Amino acid sequence: MIQHSNWKRWLIALAVLHGIVAFAGFFAPYDPTEQDRERPYLPPMRIHLMDAQGHFHLRPFSYAEHLRSGSFDQFEENTDQAIPLEFFVTGARYRLFGFLPLRMHLFGAPANRIYLLGSDAYGRDQFSRILYGGQISLLAGLLGAGLTLFFGTLIGATAGYYGGWRDGLLMRVAELFVALPWLYLLFALRAFLPLAVSPLQAFFLIITVIGAVGWARPARLVRGVVLSAKERDFVRAARGFGATDGYLLRRHILPETSSVILTQAAILVPQFVLAEMTLSFLGLGVPEPVPSWGSLLASLQQYSVLVSSWWMYAPALAIVPFFLVYLGLASALQQDAGTGKIEKTTGGT
Amino acid sequence: MRYFLHRFLQATFLLVGVSLLTFLFSALAPGNYFDEMRLNPQISPETVAALRAQYQLDRPMPVRYVRWVNSLLHGEMGYSFAYNSPVAPLLWVRARNTLLLTVIATLMAWALALPLGIWSATTLGRLPDRALSGVTAALLVIPDLVLALGLLILAVRTGWFPTGGMVSVGYEDLAPLQKLRDIALHMALPMIALVLSALPLLVRHIRAAIAEVLSTPFLRAAASHGIQRRTLLYRYALRAAANPLISLFGLSMGGLLSGSLIIEVVMSWPGLGPLLLEAILARDLYVVIGGVLCSTIFLVVGNLVADVLLYLADPRIRTEVTAR
Repeated sequence: MIQHSNWKRWLIALAVLHGIVAFAGFFAPYDPTEQDRERPYLPPMRIHLMDAQGHFHLRPFSYAEHLRSGSFDQFEENTDQAIPLEFFVTGARYRLFGFLPLRMHLFGAPANRIYLLGSDAYGRDQFSRILYGGQISLLAGLLGAGLTLFFGTLIGATAGYYGGWRDGLLMRVAELFVALPWLYLLFALRAFLPLAVSPLQAFFLIITVIGAVGWARPARLVRGVVLSAKERDFVRAARGFGATDGYLLRRHILPETSSVILTQAAILVPQFVLAEMTLSFLGLGVPEPVPSWGSLLASLQQYSVLVSSWWMYAPALAIVPFFLVYLGLASALQQDAGTGKIEKTTGGT
Repeated sequence: MRYFLHRFLQATFLLVGVSLLTFLFSALAPGNYFDEMRLNPQISPETVAALRAQYQLDRPMPVRYVRWVNSLLHGEMGYSFAYNSPVAPLLWVRARNTLLLTVIATLMAWALALPLGIWSATTLGRLPDRALSGVTAALLVIPDLVLALGLLILAVRTGWFPTGGMVSVGYEDLAPLQKLRDIALHMALPMIALVLSALPLLVRHIRAAIAEVLSTPFLRAAASHGIQRRTLLYRYALRAAANPLISLFGLSMGGLLSGSLIIEVVMSWPGLGPLLLEAILARDLYVVIGGVLCSTIFLVVGNLVADVLLYLADPRIRTEVTAR
């Protein structure tokens, strides 16, 4: 029913999604921190091909928005002032991947600022902020998962390979971590770390916290694989030829765990992205003015924003395709591994 | 009996372990509630030191732990700096609200998931199963936070449900039945969010378990004997598939608790979630420890309930235990 290379398609989709976020500087028309105090909470601008007189234009355009007369927060389109959309324009400076200085953007409007997804309280472009915010959230998820898998593999391999008291001790502690409600543990750990820190510190703090909380599940899985792998004939043969522990682990045993680790990665990354979002949403994560998907949603905690500015919800929807693709990848990998079991993420999300 | 004693001892060890772990974290923590006081020029360093001494924060960690256990045994669970009161009564009020929400949500989620999962398993590969799989997949990729915020926006814009809090203004003057109605209305939104977030995983597991059982020879034989479909499904198949599902009940508690934490904060339901968040922001040490411990107790109790159910449902476990 399902083709063997199913996971490859998911991987391509994943690469595309991550690519868009990685090239945020190019796809986003503006700098995420650039403010426009004249236009707070501007609703998303409509992109037209047909003008007010009913004429068709090949080049998409928008109308400039101005305050409706007699109102302080209601904007309306000014049909006299069209803003033609231009592609591959030179605009705000940015650094691609943090070092390559560029000024080229996919689209923009030199005449006027254009807000595809509206603006926030300071008139910052929501679209640009979502793209840049993805960089923080996804990087936190990826690095957190990397850290977790590193510790998980290390601990699981130690417990499984050496056995004895090491195994007993490590697995008891792992049980403790697995037993706790995940989010509560995350909170507890975050609670005892400094609150007021710079964005960069906060970022690394969060990755550490996330990485420290999640190691138990992969550790237990890796231990299981190592336990069965070390009794395999070829491993025994290698040991008989005088292979050292380190060589055996590196060369023969750990490669056996690769499919478990890959599947775990596909499960953990979205979970950790969500963890970062949750922490930042609650003000325990990466602080302003740096955007992350979580802190972008934080403004929804104000009732007035909730009522009148629905576009502030857009960052929440940005995560859904990522979740979809990661989940698809995870279940495809699991099917490939031949377990055929339904994906199990209890205790997470 | 020994089976339960064993389980009970395990649970106790777990709770001790969790309390030690959180204490260890707190000991490693830089800064505490009184550090911010120290920055205030109106409060002398001596006062801060005196306060620290009063709350025993200047003592080493083992001493504090022993004193905390002592206060736990006296039903206090330490002292909240911010509320200036013992932690236990603070926690109790909030824990009750969280329990109210999660217990009802758990029951509702299972009540919905069982028929849906069974329906899906009996129509494997056909339209209802495909449609349900699609819906559960869609719900699975929508995280709690996104779901809760979306529902909140929906509620605010349509005015279908009251948002925020647990009761309306003027609650005290309502008649008992109206009070119940008021709470139920306020509970609706967090409840929907919680049930929707728990549902997909449950439906999928139930579907898998039932489908596996339905393909076994003894059920085919039963079906060919002409046993009624409903009896077949709910008496034979469900009974046979009960084991993994009961374990799932215990496991799903953790997810529900974590889910309710964030949903409570988003919907401002006065449960443990908002209390814990406030405590974290105020560095109210013992409230944080108490909150984490409280959630662990819920989880442990949930798992114990699952164990008891498993014991009742599966004769194999009973004989295994008595044989030991």
